[in-house]
Amino acid sequence: MSVPTERLRAGELIDDFLVWEGVHPGAHGVVYRVTGRDTGFPLLMKVPRLQAGDSAGPLLNYETEAMILPALSGPHVPRFVAAGDIRRMPYVVLEWIEGQNLESQLARCPMPAEEVARIGAAIADALHSLHRQGAVHCDLKPDNVILRPTGEAVLIDFGLAWHARFPDLLAEEKLFAAGSAPYISPEQLLGVRGDARSDVFSLGVVLYELATGELPFGIPASTGGLRQRLWMDPDPPTLLSSGVTPVLQEVILRCLDPQVAQRYQSAAHLAFDLRQPDQVQLTSRAFKKRPAGFFTQTQRWWKARVAPIPQPPTTKRALDAAPVIMVAVDTTHSQDERQPAIQRATRQVLMLSDEFRLICVSVVKAAPLGGTGEEGASPSHLDHMVLLRNWMAPLGVPPQRLSLHVIVAPDPSGALIEFARRNNVDLIVLGAPRPSEEPLAWWRSVASSVTANAPCSVHVVRVPEPKDEPSRS
Amino acid sequence: MLLLALLSDLHANLEALDACLKHARESGATRYAFLGDLVGYGADPALVVEIVRRHVAEGALAVQGNHDAWVAKYAGAIAESVQQSIRWTRDALSADAKAWLGSLPLCLREEAFCFVHASAAAPERWEYVDDPRLAKKSADAAGLPWTFSGHVHRQMLFFEASPGKMWSFDPVPGSAVPVRRSRRWVAIVGSVGQPRERNPAAAYALFDLEREKLTFHRVPYDHLAAARKIRAAGLPDLLPWSSP
Repeated sequence: MSVPTERLRAGELIDDFLVWEGVHPGAHGVVYRVTGRDTGFPLLMKVPRLQAGDSAGPLLNYETEAMILPALSGPHVPRFVAAGDIRRMPYVVLEWIEGQNLESQLARCPMPAEEVARIGAAIADALHSLHRQGAVHCDLKPDNVILRPTGEAVLIDFGLAWHARFPDLLAEEKLFAAGSAPYISPEQLLGVRGDARSDVFSLGVVLYELATGELPFGIPASTGGLRQRLWMDPDPPTLLSSGVTPVLQEVILRCLDPQVAQRYQSAAHLAFDLRQPDQVQLTSRAFKKRPAGFFTQTQRWWKARVAPIPQPPTTKRALDAAPVIMVAVDTTHSQDERQPAIQRATRQVLMLSDEFRLICVSVVKAAPLGGTGEEGASPSHLDHMVLLRNWMAPLGVPPQRLSLHVIVAPDPSGALIEFARRNNVDLIVLGAPRPSEEPLAWWRSVASSVTANAPCSVHVVRVPEPKDEPSRS
Repeated sequence: MLLLALLSDLHANLEALDACLKHARESGATRYAFLGDLVGYGADPALVVEIVRRHVAEGALAVQGNHDAWVAKYAGAIAESVQQSIRWTRDALSADAKAWLGSLPLCLREEAFCFVHASAAAPERWEYVDDPRLAKKSADAAGLPWTFSGHVHRQMLFFEASPGKMWSFDPVPGSAVPVRRSRRWVAIVGSVGQPRERNPAAAYALFDLEREKLTFHRVPYDHLAAARKIRAAGLPDLLPWSSP
């Protein structure tokens, strides 16, 4: 195959695109700023680095990115504009993302726990958006994350990515990019691609690095060094940096579990825990002061040697099995006849998945301004929390799957929708008035407004109409 | 736009063929290729052959499948139920139609494409290309970027991941897959008339020659009507959606 290998020069015209300047010698190719199409956003061109005697790697990465990026959308990936003919001039033209590359922030490590959580949650949101589209990044590392000025994370470089709807051109390769070795998941080392939880592991490595300034498995120089992560226990982050909280350690070590089934099953769950540290159920991981002992690690080493290679579930099915479900509970009217029906509906919904995360929210109207100031006249925040806990108790949800929130807001539906959006909720369960109730009851209800504006599915629960009472139209 | 419709294993199922042709037409198909087994099992061999012949007269491609060969010539050692359907089909077809089936080529090569019912490695041996090793044999024999086949009654896509090494991929219906000329591909397009994937919807594929993209499709149709006709004709009750 004859492909031009020389670098592009400023002023050169490639198809429709005018090359301005080379900006970044990326892992999989050289990046240039270009102009040439009226897209309304700035553009870059990525040209695979092809040198005589090179492996097929860079071209495969190019082909993979040119195949997968056009199928992705949303604020967490650069928009795809064009790809060159692979035989003549391989390139991709993409949206130029304004922001800071996370790699450039590493000098500031260790970062405070809140900042690690904020950046981590933004990356987890981006991963979840990707996973929902059926794709896995497979090469998450600081160099491949751009933080927009708004705080949102954008994932770049899909040269090693995997997508359920496309043949995996890299299945045979088992390769990873230069600089990726510290971040790669154990199962990827064994040749398993297409498991979204591999990205969760890599994000765990990034969080560890941001929180401590160190890499949990160092920079492996050999295959043996790489394979250490199949069994080795990294130093607990609290040992390396005093700023790491037990919650952050719990979250990071859960991401880094060599067993995929022990990690977060969805990046949305991870984002949630990073945003709600007070709701994280702490285990012995949180308080570890040293890595597991020699004997335990030797046992794990042996297990890793003989264990069968785990086959990933399809990304879609894995995410369907790990939904974030939010139930709206009205603790202001806890005797409402709809409450048992909402509990029943919640129980039914939870039975459909193995790895759900349940968020119970009660929205309490803000006390009117200039109120009487009498304490105790209306239930306090804590009272509502007690009612919420009491409401949940019969469902028997294990604490690590459950979180409870009392939100004070003047507009309940707006607060519910905002909370659902921020936490990647897949389904909202809430009660609604009966059709036979006063005219306009539905139109004034929280249920109607949430149903109209929710970013996800809504399960509207009603108490059945008594048979003898004709419904009003 | 050049859009090639790839239809295989029609198996005398008129309802399924109509549904796929309609779907292809509405999708903008500009050319048709029939990958064999036009007849056998189903209750409408005469009409199905007539429709395919009409398309061929207008420039479509057609290759012979094992059932077509068995009906036109000699049926070897095959299961009694299949023998029964072959005998019934012979009676249902005119001598002219049988002669036409018998005259179909086993394999056609055109530009960068190879069309063959089973494997291009030995078309007359009716080998099932259902794993990467057999797909590689077929692709090597074809010696061209794209080999389109049927016979397996299941949609599959094989691709050359690295030189000399084939991999398989389960295509997602309705999703366009880039299949670039720079590597070799063997696409098994599934069966129009008798899919065996526990889903009665008819299967076929569309290949976009300009964009080099292949889309596998599943087209629902009134399969119960086709089944009723098969039973009414006294044909063996080998419903694809009830067979394992």
